Amino acid sequence: MLVSHKQAPSLKRQLWVAFLVVPPIAFMSLFVVYPILSAFAYAFYDWQGLARGEFVGLKNFREVLFGATMAPVVWNAFLHNVYALIALMVIQNGGGFVLAWLLYKEPFGFRFHRIAVFVPVVLSTIIVGFLWKLFLNPNFGIVNQALYALGLDSWAKPWLGDSSTALGALILANAWHFIGFPTLVYLAGMQRIPPEIIEAARLDGTNEWQLLKNIVWPLVAPSTTILFTLLFIGAFNWFEIPYVMVGLDGSPFGSTDVLGLVFYRTAFGNQSASIQNFGLGSALATLLFLFIVVFASMLTLWLRRREIQF
Amino acid sequence: MKLTRRILMAAAAGSFLFSGTAAMAQTELSFWSWRQEDKAFYQDMIKQFQEKNPGITVKFETFAPENYQTILSTALAAGRGPDVIQVRAYGNLETIATPGYLLPLDKQNVPELANFPESALAAETLRSDGKVYAVPFATQAQLVVYNKKIFQDAGLTPPKTWDELMKAAETLKAKNITPFANGTATAWQNETIVGGLLSSMLGKDFEADIVSGKANFTDPRFVNALAKLKDVSQYFSPNFTGVDYPSSQQLFAAGRAAMFAGGSYEIANFKKQNPSLDLGVFPAPVLKAGDQALVATYYDGGYAVNAKSDNKDAALKFVRFLATPEYGTAFTNTLKNLSPIKGIKIEDPITQEVAKLADNSMSYLMLVRFRYQEPSGSVLLQSNVQKMLAGQQTPEQAAAEINKGIATYYKPFQK
Repeated sequence: MLVSHKQAPSLKRQLWVAFLVVPPIAFMSLFVVYPILSAFAYAFYDWQGLARGEFVGLKNFREVLFGATMAPVVWNAFLHNVYALIALMVIQNGGGFVLAWLLYKEPFGFRFHRIAVFVPVVLSTIIVGFLWKLFLNPNFGIVNQALYALGLDSWAKPWLGDSSTALGALILANAWHFIGFPTLVYLAGMQRIPPEIIEAARLDGTNEWQLLKNIVWPLVAPSTTILFTLLFIGAFNWFEIPYVMVGLDGSPFGSTDVLGLVFYRTAFGNQSASIQNFGLGSALATLLFLFIVVFASMLTLWLRRREIQF
Repeated sequence: MKLTRRILMAAAAGSFLFSGTAAMAQTELSFWSWRQEDKAFYQDMIKQFQEKNPGITVKFETFAPENYQTILSTALAAGRGPDVIQVRAYGNLETIATPGYLLPLDKQNVPELANFPESALAAETLRSDGKVYAVPFATQAQLVVYNKKIFQDAGLTPPKTWDELMKAAETLKAKNITPFANGTATAWQNETIVGGLLSSMLGKDFEADIVSGKANFTDPRFVNALAKLKDVSQYFSPNFTGVDYPSSQQLFAAGRAAMFAGGSYEIANFKKQNPSLDLGVFPAPVLKAGDQALVATYYDGGYAVNAKSDNKDAALKFVRFLATPEYGTAFTNTLKNLSPIKGIKIEDPITQEVAKLADNSMSYLMLVRFRYQEPSGSVLLQSNVQKMLAGQQTPEQAAAEINKGIATYYKPFQK
């Protein structure tokens, strides 16, 4: 017993470990590490379509960050990503926390609602996007129809065509789609809290707000770490919902443009408006990747520190 | 040793001969396209070609239009790709032709190039070397499509001048009919609307002045035309800023709107969705009677030969077939899409009308001249017109923004 695990592991065991570890590493290297590294390399070249031209050093990066043509588009999109991050943090993660608490208290029909709230997450994002595009159609969509029925005619709007509401509409559609995920993660986190702790707090006479703020919120910190980090990554890689609902241009006039759309039209071209520039696209992808890695790591480290062992 | 080598050589030679005869018996060409909806037509044409050219078979493959350019350029970059390629025109042709993926065509290897007008060949010509790289396949015109029945019921005839257009729209609106099905939520629709409604007010001289640098986009002709567009937009589909391309198409195809400013390619689609529609076309209205009425034309793309193809001769044979008036006639009559080939016989009356209008036209300006560099004229026109029609900038501001963007790279504007 004492010696066995000090001995060198047997060949059979090593082979077994290799058998389990090598395929996923090979897979990750081929489909994740290699593309990222090659995108990084591509960003240093001039491109004609997908044919590589000469080495241009940091020119593409300069153009993306400071160029007269590209930079205003990139920064405009970046701000929209930040806006989406903040809004989704409140609506999607905050809303998920509230829903989880309601479900945790096991109200009437909670088994049904626990599933119902998760169903949209399972739907394809493309379907959700088209669905909401139909709902928001200014002339026959149910959103405006409902407002007319309620006599709120002045509230009815061409939601996706109005630059002041379009981004908000995308954010709400996204929140509707994904709110089940934070709800479920928070619910699991809440159910991990030993019931004695909550009972004890109740006996001490805490009210609902104090209980949530001082007991539940700190004790679901591990869930918060995961959800905030994933949302951060998701908000800066945001693509599908905007692509389906407003198209590659971030219509109307760039008011819903996000970095994912900018990347796609730059790298692959927008058939109905512009041609592709693979070098600039790669430079943008590289910068976005570095930004996400650095900030997501910092965020995770910071969030980890507030987790409590119990 | 010697023996084995000899055996190996014999085997190699044998297999070489064998494959050689096999290739002689049958050359298989691959042919890529993004026109999934035209598959039946192409299969039919391929059958005709194969009957005339025994020994060559053509394999037709289609890809989704939005991914086509990416799939194609990836294949070409890897040194592969099909023998015959359907390619786009203008700036999108250049991204494929510049790296040398396409075989240059001339009157020697494709004598049928003589069947095309100059402007069609220009669409498939690389600006840097002046060589033609593809056989053009379709002429498109931006114009106004109208519903004849609605016009008749309202006692209207196709308007010739801008004032007549405004009056007709007012008449229709008073009868509770949506005058224009158009919406602006899909960005590129703003460019087609400009082409369909404003071409006559801009005029060929304006285009010539832009090309020579005598005028730029702050020119009064352009600003005034934009102002007129803003004015007529009150007759677009209700809540037009939120109406996307498919919704506006449906509105028109359902017979609930009288006009649709857009491409001649819409007609076949409208007819397919609603065969009972009786449609007509008219060019952009002129500012004052006597001015030249114009449509804005461009060419969709062409058929090219892969420079690395192993079957160049067979591929050229096929491309030459795609450049004959017989092919153009079949293309036009089956797909209801105008072939640019001279001497075709058009059956469909509305396509005849389009062909007649296309004879006197200006270019679909931003695509033809300014979609080579960023910010492309199309990106600028689409977003700034969209913004202007949403009431968030004036025609002067829109024109100034468009001009500023193009002037960053267009030499004639930098003087």
